[in-house]
Amino acid sequence: MTPTRKRRLIAIVLILAGVGVAATIAFYSLQQNLLYFQSPSEIADISMPPGRQFRLGGLVKPGSVSREQDGLASHFIVTDGPAEIAVQYVGILPDLFREGQGVIARGTLNEEGIFMATEVLAKHDENYMPPEVADALEKTGHTVKSAE
Amino acid sequence: MKNDKPRKNAFLMFIHKMGSPPWFYNFTGKFVPWLWAGFTVLTIWGLYLGLFKAPPDYLQGESYRIMYIHVPAAWMSMLIYIVMAVMGFIALIWRVRTMEIMAMNSAPIGAAFTLIALVTGSLWGRPTWGTYWVWDARLTSELVLLFLYLGVIGLYKAMDEPRKAARAASLLALVGLVNMPIIHYSVKWWNTLHQGSSISMTGSKIDPSMLWPLLIMAIAMKFYYGANLITRSRITLLEQDLRKGWTRDVIEGTAGEHKS
Repeated sequence: MTPTRKRRLIAIVLILAGVGVAATIAFYSLQQNLLYFQSPSEIADISMPPGRQFRLGGLVKPGSVSREQDGLASHFIVTDGPAEIAVQYVGILPDLFREGQGVIARGTLNEEGIFMATEVLAKHDENYMPPEVADALEKTGHTVKSAE
Repeated sequence: MKNDKPRKNAFLMFIHKMGSPPWFYNFTGKFVPWLWAGFTVLTIWGLYLGLFKAPPDYLQGESYRIMYIHVPAAWMSMLIYIVMAVMGFIALIWRVRTMEIMAMNSAPIGAAFTLIALVTGSLWGRPTWGTYWVWDARLTSELVLLFLYLGVIGLYKAMDEPRKAARAASLLALVGLVNMPIIHYSVKWWNTLHQGSSISMTGSKIDPSMLWPLLIMAIAMKFYYGANLITRSRITLLEQDLRKGWTRDVIEGTAGEHKS
């Protein structure tokens, strides 16, 4: 490699190293702000005050969904295993909203600790399979399909 | 004459030859029709399998089929960026003009794939998640990728001298590489609405009956990139070398007849 090329190489490597260091620092300082949602355990840990808006993410607890007879209000529990939070939402739930599936809800906690959601999004996982495969897995005791 | 230069191996010789515009023009010309043909055949096959033969998803039904466009486009948006940055790196250090041209011609193709990934993702998000767009880490970093591509294109077009412009834009492309791990690991590092990777080094979370069309489409898109990039780059070479001898040979159809 000629000296000129070596000089260019060193300059580029230095620039890239600088950008890399800057990005790493930004990464560590922004870590918390880049979370799109927080789990019920995380909310419990920081004892989120009522009235502050945040996004709650977790699984819809099987058997916890109930809809009011008149109107669009629905109630369900979002869980991540160790902790759970009751959610109330008035509006149309997305098609993929199922018991046992992931959801992300935006809203605030009220005084009773119930999460009043203003928006509910369905989160789906990285698994794709035909219905027959899902049925077969279900029969062997895997929980893929939730109670519909 | 004493031959004190170390003997180059075949690969280095090939790289060296690719730097010569007439050689590059003639060599790549042989592949262009095959690349376009491969793209066409694989795309028709992959889309047929994906849209008609693959079974519906147990949860999403038919709407998951947009995956056969969305996922290959998203993969290409990242692959092309990395290829562009590597070619830009070579262009910056060795000042190889064909590399400058190929790096710069990669940008619009990559930008198109990024846009396709964003638009199809948005259309897929509405029926599944319940929203067209959220500012989560995956979606936002992919949007940043589109802006990086537009930045490279813009910088290249803004300068008069194409060789200097290509090198300046290549440097921008290299700096933008920092976004690549962010896009890839965003679904792992942070909570996002976008789900994790279905296909990784450890295997696939997609049923085999649904996976094959996806892989065929992924290969088809690589053929498209190759075909489009080479077609564009050969035209750029002709445009830049309009007054040179070898170009005249090409235009008059006598290229390669005298002196092989």
